[in-house]
Formats: sequence, C-alpha cells, structure tokens
Amino acid sequence: MAQAFVDFHRVYLAYDETSGNAVEDITLQIHAGEFIAIVGPSGCGKSTFMKLCTGLRPPSQGTVAVDGRHVSGPLKIVGMAFQAPNLLPWRTTLDNVLLPLEIVEPYKASFKAKRVEYAERARSILKTVGLQGNEDKFPWQLSGGMQQRASICRALIHQPKLLMLDEPFGALDAFTREELWCVLRDLWQAQRFTVVLVTHDLREAVFLADTVYCMSKRPGRIIARRTIDLVRPRDLEITYEDHFTAIVHELREHIGRVRKT
Amino acid sequence: MAMKRRTIDRWAPWMFLGALLLGWELVVRVFGIDEFVLPSATASFMALYNNFGPIMYNTWPTFWTTMVGFGLGIVVGVALGVIIGSSRFMYNGLYPLLVAFNAIPKAAFVPILVVWFGIGVVPATLTAFLICFFPITVNIATGLATIEPELEDVLRALGASRIEVLRKVGLPRSMPLFFASLKIAITLAFVGSVVSELAASNSGIGQLMLSAASTMRVPLMFAGLIVISVMATVMYQVFAVLERRMTGWATRGMDAHG
Repeated sequence: MAQAFVDFHRVYLAYDETSGNAVEDITLQIHAGEFIAIVGPSGCGKSTFMKLCTGLRPPSQGTVAVDGRHVSGPLKIVGMAFQAPNLLPWRTTLDNVLLPLEIVEPYKASFKAKRVEYAERARSILKTVGLQGNEDKFPWQLSGGMQQRASICRALIHQPKLLMLDEPFGALDAFTREELWCVLRDLWQAQRFTVVLVTHDLREAVFLADTVYCMSKRPGRIIARRTIDLVRPRDLEITYEDHFTAIVHELREHIGRVRKT
Repeated sequence: MAMKRRTIDRWAPWMFLGALLLGWELVVRVFGIDEFVLPSATASFMALYNNFGPIMYNTWPTFWTTMVGFGLGIVVGVALGVIIGSSRFMYNGLYPLLVAFNAIPKAAFVPILVVWFGIGVVPATLTAFLICFFPITVNIATGLATIEPELEDVLRALGASRIEVLRKVGLPRSMPLFFASLKIAITLAFVGSVVSELAASNSGIGQLMLSAASTMRVPLMFAGLIVISVMATVMYQVFAVLERRMTGWATRGMDAHG
C-alpha cells in the first residue's frame, strides 16, 4: 500500500495527569481520498481523535503524521464542521463561506484582488448543496439544515485535503440528515478529499464510509475495523438492503459489547 | 390599528416626560413648597431661559471634557478588555484588581487629581475617564472570553493566528456588548466630569451649580441638572442609533426599523 495520508502510530493522549488517558494506543492509517468513519459510545474520545488529527492537541505518547509530515502544531489544510453550524451571525451566508479564504494561504494574499472570483466559487459550491438564492441571507434567517449545509461549504471552500466532520448531522431531523448524507456523498465523489467522520449514527457511517472504526468507551481504543465493501456510487436505497443492515448489526454488536463492560 | 400602535409607542417617552413635569409642577403648587427647597418646573425652565447665555457658556466645557474623558475611556477600556479577554492568565490576574479599583468612589479621586494637575479641565476629564472605562473593559473581555471553542478550532485548523481569531471573530462578536457598554459609559462619563467640576473647577455646569448654590439660586441649580440630563440623553441616543446600525444582526434584525 502506498504511504498513508494520515498515520497514527501508538498514540496516547491524557488531557492532564489526574484524569487518565482520553485515548489509548491508537494506530491507524488513512490513505489519501479515503472516507473513514469513527463510531463509538458517547464520551469515547472521538472528538479527541479529531483534535489529535488536526494538530490542535499534541499526543502524550506516540506520533501522528499527516501527508508524510510529523504533526507538531495546528495543520493548515483542514476543513472542519461540527454538530453546531457555528456560522458567524454578522456575516451573510456567502461571507461565512468565504471566511477560510481570508485566512488560508495562498488565497489570503490575493483575497482582495480576487474577491469576485472567490465569491463566484462560493456561489457555485453553495449551489451544489442547494443553497442558491440564500447567499445574501444571514445564518439566523436559515433553517438548521441550511445552516449545516453552509457550514460544510465553509469547510470545503479552500479545497482542503482533509475534511474533519464531528457529528455534523447529529442535530438534524431524519429526513434532512439523509438528504445531507447524499450531499456529502456527491461532494466527496466529485472531489475525493480525505474524510474523517465522527458519528454515533451507525447507518450514517456505513452508508458514507470506506472504513469504519469502532472505539471503546473511555479510555478510547480502537476495538474493530470494518471495511465497507458496498459498491459506489451508493444510493440511499441500499440502506434498506439486507447486506447493509447486516453490517450495521455487526457494528452494533461491537458497540453493545463495550457499553456493557 | 398597527399604525396607531406605533405612533403611540413613538410618543410614549414624551407623554411620560410631560406627565412628570406636570406632576412636579402640581406638587410644588398644591403643597406651596418654597422655591429654596424645591423650585417648580416652570421656575426651573424660566431660570434656564433667563440664564441661557451663562448656561451655554458652561455647557460647552462640560460637554467636551466629558467627551475627551469618554474617548480615553473607550481606548483604554477596549485595550484592557482585549488584554484580559484573550488570556486566562491576564483574566485571573487583572480582573480582581479592576473590580477593586472600580469599587473606589471616583469622587474620591478628584482631590488627588487636583493636587496633581491643579484646578481646571484636566481633573474633570480624568474623572470622566476613570468612571467610564470599566463597563467597556468588562464587556469586551466577556465577549472575547466566551468565543465558542469549536469556532476557535475551525479557525485554528485553518492556521489562523490569535490576532486573526480576534479580528475575524472575537471583536465582531463583542460589538453588541461593546455598544451596550458605551450607552452605560457615556452617562457615567457625565457623572464623572460634573462631580469633578462640583469639587474643583473654573467652568462647567458643575461649577455653575456650585456658584448658584452659594447664592441660593436653587432654580438655576435645577436648570443645570436639566441641561446635564439633556446632554446625556442626546449622547445616549446617538450611541443607541449607532448600535442599531452596526449590530442589527445581534437582535436578528428585529429592531432594524426601531
């Protein structure tokens, strides 16, 4: 296998000396363009994994490498979206999506000069998630699902190599959630960035990911790795097929076992 | 009907002001209160009218010493707020000191300032400044200290520096609190400058009231109070309008036409 894009080697993290490890002995490889999902009971260190992967937290032990380089500080190539859309209420939807371009090089240097071009790019990405016509509205004038779409656009506008999603659909109703699965699927299918999706929704993980990792409860360890061999492009219909359900069941058993202990 | 409702809302402050003045006038007349104790509303406004020249002459120094003190208060208040709000160490270290400082009655500083700078506009300006920077500092610091951690993560994962996080998120999101604090600070600044003028000054409304008191011209003293109150209210309104223009997003556009 070619060199992994994200490489965790025996990583431990304790936030402080008294609280014990948040995650333990994490070893995994994600290759470029892979879509992985991390599932586990709440409080299992899924978000800690995100912090380690983006360099927001250094590991207590072990090494994290991304794109062939050892991670020692915050990476500058990551797009992130969380359960809360976290849009800035004083900016229009368009300006919210443009925010990363004001911060990340090489866009930052040319932001003023190329603003029109970048705004055009933002409009087109907003269009792909079905938000055309809402560019000049403020976030608080949008529904929760629309805000989350805009939040994903913001995470992708600078064409990051790595997209980190921390339960991005957790606060949405079931219909909107499935709709946004498809939005994410299409974006990924078209651009093939690497995705780390943290979720507690097993169907979501199986539908979207190439590989699903199950974590134990705190201190979080990886207890199972499951390759999802469903053919792509996947249609929402497959979530009702037996094969799909079988995989979800299998993962459910892993989670069930760690919850009992 | 909706139209009428809004018209009534708009005139409500004036109706209450009218009622207050009428009540004041009636109380004085009905109970036959002596002018040396409580002059009537008409007597106070007559004093304002008859002494309009000297009052205006003294209004100007009060106004500009207040505004200079207020300006200093904004600069220092914002700077301190940014320092305290963006570092936990500074927050823990400086905040208690500021609280302790704020508890000192600012009138107590006036004699010290007079010793240092002599009688005149400097003590008035500085008293206005000392009394008004605290609310600005507290509000800016609160705004900065309460940035959603996830939002900070989003920006830091893009490689944003602390300064960028401050500029793109911290300061804009503190703006509603900042403007709210300005409305408090401007009225406090008037308190500061007038208190200082009452103690040691050659000009200003405070000084005018002091000299009116020495000759028992109580209606003129009330005229002075009215002038201060009008100035402070006008400035308050200026900042209220500014606030609505700058931070309409904070009220979700509800009072954009208010």
